[in-house]
Amino acid sequence: MFNWLTQYWLSPKSFYHASGRLLPWLAFVCLLALGYGSIAGLFFAPADYQQGDGFRIMYVHVPSAFAAMAVYFLMAVSALITLVWRVKVAAICMSVSARIGVWFTLLALITGSLWGKPMWGTYWVWDARLTSVLILLFLYLGFIALQSVITDIQARERASAILALIGVINLPIIHYSVIWWNTLHQGPSLSAFAQPTIAAAMLWPLLAMITGFLLFFAVILLWRMRNHILLREMRTQWVEALIK
Amino acid sequence: MNPLRRRKLIGIVLILLALAAAAALILFALRQNINLFYTPTQLQHAHVQANTPVRIGGYVQKHSVQYDASGASVNFAITDRLNNLRVNYQGVLPTLFREGQGVVVTGHFNQAHQFIADQVLAKHDAKYMPASVAKMLAAQARPRT
Repeated sequence: MFNWLTQYWLSPKSFYHASGRLLPWLAFVCLLALGYGSIAGLFFAPADYQQGDGFRIMYVHVPSAFAAMAVYFLMAVSALITLVWRVKVAAICMSVSARIGVWFTLLALITGSLWGKPMWGTYWVWDARLTSVLILLFLYLGFIALQSVITDIQARERASAILALIGVINLPIIHYSVIWWNTLHQGPSLSAFAQPTIAAAMLWPLLAMITGFLLFFAVILLWRMRNHILLREMRTQWVEALIK
Repeated sequence: MNPLRRRKLIGIVLILLALAAAAALILFALRQNINLFYTPTQLQHAHVQANTPVRIGGYVQKHSVQYDASGASVNFAITDRLNNLRVNYQGVLPTLFREGQGVVVTGHFNQAHQFIADQVLAKHDAKYMPASVAKMLAAQARPRT
């Protein structure tokens, strides 16, 4: 495992080639998952007993919220690797992840807010879940802002990696906010350890959408990382040979 | 692992643990401020003054919802299964409002110690069920004659 990692994924050059081979497969499975999830979720899943058709917004809301947190976690792990081992690919992964994750966070907030108006009766309330996710959005924005004001690459990656690592404390707070405090946001319907409280016909499309969103992230991530690698290694022989 | 990297890694992990502990202490100290609402039981210990805005959450008690003749105002009880609180409200109720549903109301006590709500929000119970299944369950729950 470790050998496989160092051999194919850690140097920019080998990462470029390995990810190029992997990308079409990821994209294919991603399309399958998103296609099944959105068609089954929007057309075949039965209407909810309380919310009617309004519950279908969860097929976008839940995957984007999940992805927003998963992407931040990946970003923090890359930040740790960047700080300790100085792996170039990890630093690139961290920077690119932030710029994708911020959109997932925004999407989760917007879809949640649109659902909240008819169901709860308000677009926004300052409860622990909504506020901690808003903080996640600000962490992403702060990370991007910090990266864009420091011109020296080494200093930029160091500073932003530290910010990313500090922000990881917010992830358990988001996850447990609905359990630790009284909130308007509902508790989890999906958990690794408990029976889901979603009927099976509604659950399968949701799981497909979550998988699809994560794969979509992986595709965009690899794609943009490859661009960054080419840009950064512009002057090396292998890139020059590739471009010719 | 070479000693420099090991030192760095241990340092980072220690700093993160310290920060997490600090965050935990802050959140613990602020816990009552982070809670969105009081439950009726918590409210009894909170000594809320008349005309002070306050948020109260709980379930709408079964068979407690009464609409007035004009239909413009509604009166219902919020319960946390230990204590109740009657609420007066004038305005539009959210889609999910019904008996047994979790709600969060914002309002104040008037001088006569009645709770006047300015806003009623409904909580979702995190259960998703097809409408047809819910109808079937309701039919089974009804006693057969």
